[in-house]
Amino acid sequence: MNIQRVNRVRNFHQAKWDEEVIFQLHSPGERGIIVSEADQGIQQEVGNGISSLPSHLIRKEEPALPEVGQMRVLKHFLRLSQHTLGADLNIDIGQGTCTVKYNPKINEVFVRNTKASKLHPYQDQGTIQGALQIMHSMDLYFREISGMDRFTFQPSSGSHAILIMASIMHKYHSISGESHRDELITTIFSHPSDAAAAAVKGYKVITIFPDKNGFPDIEALKKAVSPRTAGLFITNPEDIGIFNPSIDEFTRIIHEAGGLCGYDQANANGILGVTRAKEAGFDMSFFNLHKTFASPHGCGGPAGGALGVTKALESYLPVPLVDYIDGKYLLNWDNENTIGKTRSFFGPFPVILRSYAWIRSLGEEGLREVSRIAVLNNNYILKKLTAIEGVESPFPGGKHRIEQVRYTWEKFHHQTGVDIHNVIFRMCDFGFHLWTSHHPYIVPEPCTIEPTESYSKAELDEYLDALRYIAEEARNDPEMVKNAPHRSVVHKIDESWFDDPQKWAITWRSFLKKHGDEFNKQA
Amino acid sequence: MTQKPNFVHPYIPNSAPANKEKIMRELGIKDISELYEDIPERLRFKGEMNIPPAIASELELRKHITGILNKNISCEENLSFLGSGCAQHYVPAICDEITGRAEYLTAYAGEPYEDHGRFQTLFEYESLMAELLDVDVVNVPTYDWGQAACSSIRMAGRISARNEMLVSGTVSPDRLSVIKNYCEPVMQIVIVDFSAETGMVNINDLVKKTGSNTAGIYFENPSYLGFLEEQGSEIAGIIHKAGGIVVVGVDPVSLGVIAPPSQYGADITCGDIQGLGNHMYLGGSLGGFIGTRDEEKYVMEYAWRLFGIAKTSVEGEWGFGDVAYNRTSFGVREKGKEFVGTAAALYGISAAVYLALMGPKGMKELGQLILQNALYAQKKIASLPGVRLRFRSTNFKEFVVDFASTGRSVSQINKEMLSKGIFGGKDLSTEFSTLQNCALYCVTEMHSKSDIDSLVSALNEILK
Repeated sequence: MNIQRVNRVRNFHQAKWDEEVIFQLHSPGERGIIVSEADQGIQQEVGNGISSLPSHLIRKEEPALPEVGQMRVLKHFLRLSQHTLGADLNIDIGQGTCTVKYNPKINEVFVRNTKASKLHPYQDQGTIQGALQIMHSMDLYFREISGMDRFTFQPSSGSHAILIMASIMHKYHSISGESHRDELITTIFSHPSDAAAAAVKGYKVITIFPDKNGFPDIEALKKAVSPRTAGLFITNPEDIGIFNPSIDEFTRIIHEAGGLCGYDQANANGILGVTRAKEAGFDMSFFNLHKTFASPHGCGGPAGGALGVTKALESYLPVPLVDYIDGKYLLNWDNENTIGKTRSFFGPFPVILRSYAWIRSLGEEGLREVSRIAVLNNNYILKKLTAIEGVESPFPGGKHRIEQVRYTWEKFHHQTGVDIHNVIFRMCDFGFHLWTSHHPYIVPEPCTIEPTESYSKAELDEYLDALRYIAEEARNDPEMVKNAPHRSVVHKIDESWFDDPQKWAITWRSFLKKHGDEFNKQA
Repeated sequence: MTQKPNFVHPYIPNSAPANKEKIMRELGIKDISELYEDIPERLRFKGEMNIPPAIASELELRKHITGILNKNISCEENLSFLGSGCAQHYVPAICDEITGRAEYLTAYAGEPYEDHGRFQTLFEYESLMAELLDVDVVNVPTYDWGQAACSSIRMAGRISARNEMLVSGTVSPDRLSVIKNYCEPVMQIVIVDFSAETGMVNINDLVKKTGSNTAGIYFENPSYLGFLEEQGSEIAGIIHKAGGIVVVGVDPVSLGVIAPPSQYGADITCGDIQGLGNHMYLGGSLGGFIGTRDEEKYVMEYAWRLFGIAKTSVEGEWGFGDVAYNRTSFGVREKGKEFVGTAAALYGISAAVYLALMGPKGMKELGQLILQNALYAQKKIASLPGVRLRFRSTNFKEFVVDFASTGRSVSQINKEMLSKGIFGGKDLSTEFSTLQNCALYCVTEMHSKSDIDSLVSALNEILK
């Protein structure tokens, strides 16, 4: 073990097991697990069970699942887990907008408690008082965080919360006799779902672009509003990390036009206790529990959203809400203008539980410190990264950035011929992630870095070292960067397979149908 | 509002004064609040958030949370017969072992290089589900069955270019509410009647309601009420003849013994993976699947992510990635199909492990055991005086018990059962006007004969 690292980057190599696809491990007769047999007494009473089925509904051919012994199944997925670079293993600040922070292990102890995992949603409410208490307390905490008056935790994610905001907006206008309002305004640096989930509800989307300073163009907004304006869904701070200082002016303009305003606070990590939806004039606001509130990302979920509204919109929230009356927590299904259900049962409970534990661990003071340090770390990275020749933070607006920055490597690309994707793939060689930006790439050759509060100065420096190393390498040995990754699990993937219907294979059986001959020849 | 100078938290390494000061010096600031100067005063929150102080000690936090959870009574302590779309099934130890791995638990959205394992595992999830469902394409999990049904219906609307969806009157009312909200105002939902005797779709009503604007039908099999819809092919025939799309919701746990919907005419199959290796979590650990044929017109209408396999630059090496990314809202915002975002991938990983362990034999044995246990429970419960099974039907896992002739309401019965440590079946009185005094009972592989006998003897005592 080389403790005194000479290089500024680690001599990393990701695990490379050359692991099969699970179907290739099929060995007829092996068993991964044995299912119990029905009790003898039951068998005597009802027979084999299958004969009770109408013959045409009996499955004739077994599903072609692989037969693999237990330890080999375990080994297979353990190896694939080693092919996955979780946040716990790296300095995961390169997935900007995702708020990849420390997900405390103690919270996993809580969710493994059978008094959390083995609860059924339709148990008598007297037997789930603890679970309801957590949901109710979370409602109260989020009222404080946002200034909104009532929260639901039924959203399955941030995007889902946007769909629910659009649903509330739709019903609100419909009840007000204003169903003609069919236009939703958003900004290009708001999350894609602010536009897309609204479109699901039939809204025509108008997108505002930034002005020369990087602020959403308020003149464009003024031109966009009309009697058809249903509302505004906007992220702030936006994806590029700039706080929109005229946000209250935006909500005023929309309100004057008769619309509602929904605040996308998916990325609230830099503003807890600093600025809120209420002071900015919003009617609705949501947060992502799996981002700011530290529930782990799980390879892409379980996610969770907290959606709050003002008193005026409370009656539109999905049911059930959690009330606390006479010392008891209860599910309230009676909400006058409710849009109904938006998810099966009551919300992603394990996600809610983890976030509750995180909030309680930090307390009021800790939440503020989270944001302060997230902003401090971000501005540190900003200063150091833009010191690399050719790397810039676009848009002059704002003296500082909040919790993240969208950088452009355009000049760097012109200078070296190395593009941002080359840099990203080279980062894999050092055990790091780096992400570009949402589409379209308004900022050319983009990357987005969000350091959160979870990493020490030494770790931030290590991440910066890797980027500086690659930047130098791009000038001295550009081919090395262009041909990356070299030390990752696999090499350059042939992307032509993904957009050609003749070639794509989304399942193993589809792969064998389309490419089986070639594959078998190779084998 | 002034910060305690010594607030150092284990989750925030740069809250350590030395680290903090070093960075502040680098930035040339005296106070972190200088970094907020772009936020105008009028937008600043001046008060204090009424959130309790930190429980920074892990031991104290553990006491606090455990204290709250101890107020719950779980289905391990009580005997539960609740289902309705979330049920207790055995979760093999390896499922928890794998989903607890830090790599899977804390990965998110890396590239298919350093996150190769995430892509391969979810490709395997799609592939294993495809075998179970007998389809060629399955998505990376969405939120839940509700969302999967919603998205399937909207797919049917886009593929058929029609906007009226027929929905069987026995689908879960909870799900129906989700569907109605998701479809309003773009598609209309028209309910098809069901037979009072068998619960199955009323074919005459179906024919009457099927027309040139019919995008398709959505029904569930096994239904929410547990019975099997035996007319799948007939329903599919009627809808296909009218140019519509057949969408069927299914409990995948049943598919070791029961024919998958694709084999009786379903174009789109959807459902939930909670039963495949995931704990119940108050109905909070769900994952929705959508399965179809590998036809461009179907694949291009998926809203959710599809991971595919591909060659790499090294001969014999295989990689993975996003198929047809530019159909998604990640690719093209509101021009994409519905929307996509973080959903329920980890539950898909658990389902992949589960199916890999179970294999074809395990799924068959599981289906058989559930059939047997549920048949036994149905037989014993129906033998109680005044109690009958509501539908003349074949059931899987769940069944409707009619207590009308006992003179007791389901809520009274369940209250007394609770005092005996039993969660009785879900009261259907509020969900279906035609099912007053009926309860939906769920029996799985978790129940032993003595569990079922305890239920029957408790009911017997209560109904005396």
